[in-house]
Amino acid sequence: MTSPAPALVRGGNATGIGEVLIETRSLTKEYPGVRALDAVDFDLRAGEVHVLFGENGAGKSTLISILAGANQPTSGTILFQGREVALHSVHDARALGVSAVFQEFSLIPQMTVEENLFLGAEPTKGGFLDRRRSRDHAREILEELDFRIDPAARVDRLTRAEQQMVEIAKAFRSDLSVLILDEPTASLTNHETDQLFKLIGELTARGIGIVYITHRMAEIRRIGDRITVLRDGRYIDTVEARDASEDDLVKLMTGREVGAIFPDRITAPAGETVLQIDKLTTRDGTVREASLEVRAGEIVGLAGLVGAGKSEVLQAAFGGKAIAGGRVGYLGRDITGQSPKKNIRGGFLYLPSDRRNEGLLMMRSARENMALAALDTRPFSSGPLLTPGGERQAAQELAERLNLQPRRIERAVDHFSGGNQQKVMLARSLTRDFRLIAFDEPTVGVDVGTRAAIYEFIVGLAKQGVAIVLISSDLPEILNLSNRAYVFYRGRVQAEIGAEELTEEAVLGNFFEREVA
Amino acid sequence: MGQERNAAGARSEGGVTLFLKRAFVKLGILPFLLVAAVVIFALMSDNFLTARNLTNVLRQSVYLMIVSIGQMLALLTGGFDLSVGTVLALSSVAGAMAMAAIYGAMPEAVWLAIVLGCLVGVMAGTMIGVVNGVGVAFFNVSPFMMSLGMASVGFGIALFLTGGVPVYGMPIAFGDTFGFGTAFGVPVPVLVAAVLIVVLYVILYRTPFGRHFYAVGGNLKAASLSGINTQGTLFFTYVLCAFFAAVAGMLLTARLDTGEANIGASMPLESIAACVIAGVSLRGGVGRLENVVLGALFIGLVQNGMNLARIESYLQTVVLGALLILAVIADQFRLKYVATLKD
Repeated sequence: MTSPAPALVRGGNATGIGEVLIETRSLTKEYPGVRALDAVDFDLRAGEVHVLFGENGAGKSTLISILAGANQPTSGTILFQGREVALHSVHDARALGVSAVFQEFSLIPQMTVEENLFLGAEPTKGGFLDRRRSRDHAREILEELDFRIDPAARVDRLTRAEQQMVEIAKAFRSDLSVLILDEPTASLTNHETDQLFKLIGELTARGIGIVYITHRMAEIRRIGDRITVLRDGRYIDTVEARDASEDDLVKLMTGREVGAIFPDRITAPAGETVLQIDKLTTRDGTVREASLEVRAGEIVGLAGLVGAGKSEVLQAAFGGKAIAGGRVGYLGRDITGQSPKKNIRGGFLYLPSDRRNEGLLMMRSARENMALAALDTRPFSSGPLLTPGGERQAAQELAERLNLQPRRIERAVDHFSGGNQQKVMLARSLTRDFRLIAFDEPTVGVDVGTRAAIYEFIVGLAKQGVAIVLISSDLPEILNLSNRAYVFYRGRVQAEIGAEELTEEAVLGNFFEREVA
Repeated sequence: MGQERNAAGARSEGGVTLFLKRAFVKLGILPFLLVAAVVIFALMSDNFLTARNLTNVLRQSVYLMIVSIGQMLALLTGGFDLSVGTVLALSSVAGAMAMAAIYGAMPEAVWLAIVLGCLVGVMAGTMIGVVNGVGVAFFNVSPFMMSLGMASVGFGIALFLTGGVPVYGMPIAFGDTFGFGTAFGVPVPVLVAAVLIVVLYVILYRTPFGRHFYAVGGNLKAASLSGINTQGTLFFTYVLCAFFAAVAGMLLTARLDTGEANIGASMPLESIAACVIAGVSLRGGVGRLENVVLGALFIGLVQNGMNLARIESYLQTVVLGALLILAVIADQFRLKYVATLKD
């Protein structure tokens, strides 16, 4: 990105950064088994851009959803201009002038811009829709914001940036005091980003406070005033944007204690090349010309933000995603575009990150789920027929080996805890002689104890000579388990990092767009 | 002592409720409905609980039973098949016409006519399933639209072929054997159904292919990532479903001694009802073959009981619809209980 544009920043305007608009005191949100927010104090002043910074799952989204009224805290208070308020719904928050633009748009694609703008608060006259007033009001809002969008245009015909503008314009339906933006530039071009920043500059000049979530250092530099760092649901620190170095922020963001949950790293030299991906590009553009190789007995980490292409590249190699170009080699053979069925029979398994939607048959038993990828082999079947006894015994042994709790292989997977569901899925990697296994986020939503067991399991497989790909958004996992790592950024391999230089700074430095001088 | 007895009574009562609750969660609503139906109809009519009548029930339910086990496959994979009635009609008409034509040309080759006619009928019906399967598996048409469309197409073809009049002229041996005949003391249609049920049971629970139906309905994406050919599985789901309906169509033709385009109109509803009452989930992935067989038998039992009790046939339709809805509501309650009693 280009150098900062000081002219846009609130610097010399009359309002400046003023009183506290909205404030939280020891805000806590608990979900069954998880504390998503743990006594977080946060304050937003008028006319500032306050950046929320942290890893995935650090609590940023929970915090903003509570501020926007979409979610209610378990305990703690919210003060608006010094008064304690209760935000029971998005409507309550809107009434105070607090509006949020989430990553997922709340627009109805088949409706026009003006219909979307007034959705849920349609101007009426005698009980009927007042089309003229709604058209006039829409035009007013769009003009005031200097958005050049036709109020009568259908939303699905607009570009992503224009849709974002409509989403923002929705916030201006009533008087606005706080605007929350969740990674608003994620899908915008540079030019569109500039336009958005110009708007943010104008808003802050009017004394509107902005809560801004981003992973991009360049953006923090450019528009941020203060940065609050969250980690594991806890408040870590608030720093001035101009004083904070990238290193400081990264340390604040990830500074977790990494204890004995990680087993010893593999030291044996890697064997033959098992997987070789050359300049792979997917049809949907989530992976672009990515190349990587994995050898027998080593664990190769794939790091990067969600959507950076690290999962998609293995999905494509496995046959779960359409390939537009490039080549996938497996044990010296070309397997580009081969179906998952053939890959599994050839000894290549990919275990997806979303176990609920892509990994498990939730209403079926643990036994059936474990056996799913190996039904055509012994001991699960012989000849054309299944062997129920063999299957049951194999499932029972896998349950013992992975310490499934409770050890009831006939219980529906849905009724196990997240960690044990994960074990059921991992058990699949032992049902055949796999030579290459890709674990996609193997510890997502898994408690610490189970996590240690899973790491042990993965390292154990590698020691037996299986080539392992470890795809993870959890940095310590990559740092402590892998022999080598590739960092993905926007569908490309941004860096390959060897064991010697595998440090947090080295990996994270490639997570975001480089601040090129 | 009185207190003691009370306490014991309360305990056993708690035990009974718990037992019933567990039974409900484990078996679904069907056993309860079956018991209720038998008790009610036995009270209403003395003839109900006779061996003769119960054999009758079995004989009458056989057609629905065969259609329902096919319908179950569609439901297992998370879809359903609304064209089963049309398959029945088309196989009946096509089979009867072929059989009558061959018999007419070669009056001495009775069995050749019967065999070829049956083949033509079953194949004509199965073709509807092939088209359904292609649409659902390869063009991603929703099973609802696909089978609804094919129901109209098939019915139209059946009417067009016959001009709306029943087809006569089949050999008498056909009706005598497959409609009214017995083998080993068992009515032939019942025997055919039994063979189909056993074969399907082996496929579903003893082969990987059968497991794939459950996997595809349980989680399509997971099934695909586990190396299952999901498109192939979906395709064969609808082909098999239509095959079963077509066999039922031929058996019914034998029973009626005519090929008719308007048999089977109630089959889509009744077969789905039989499955749902038997605990087959509309969300896919859950359901047992033996329960579906019982479910079809239950519907036959209710229809027979209502006939004996002289309930008007129009009102019988009302009862059937109400039962279907009741079964779905019961399924919701069951899901709630499942959460409390995990095993």
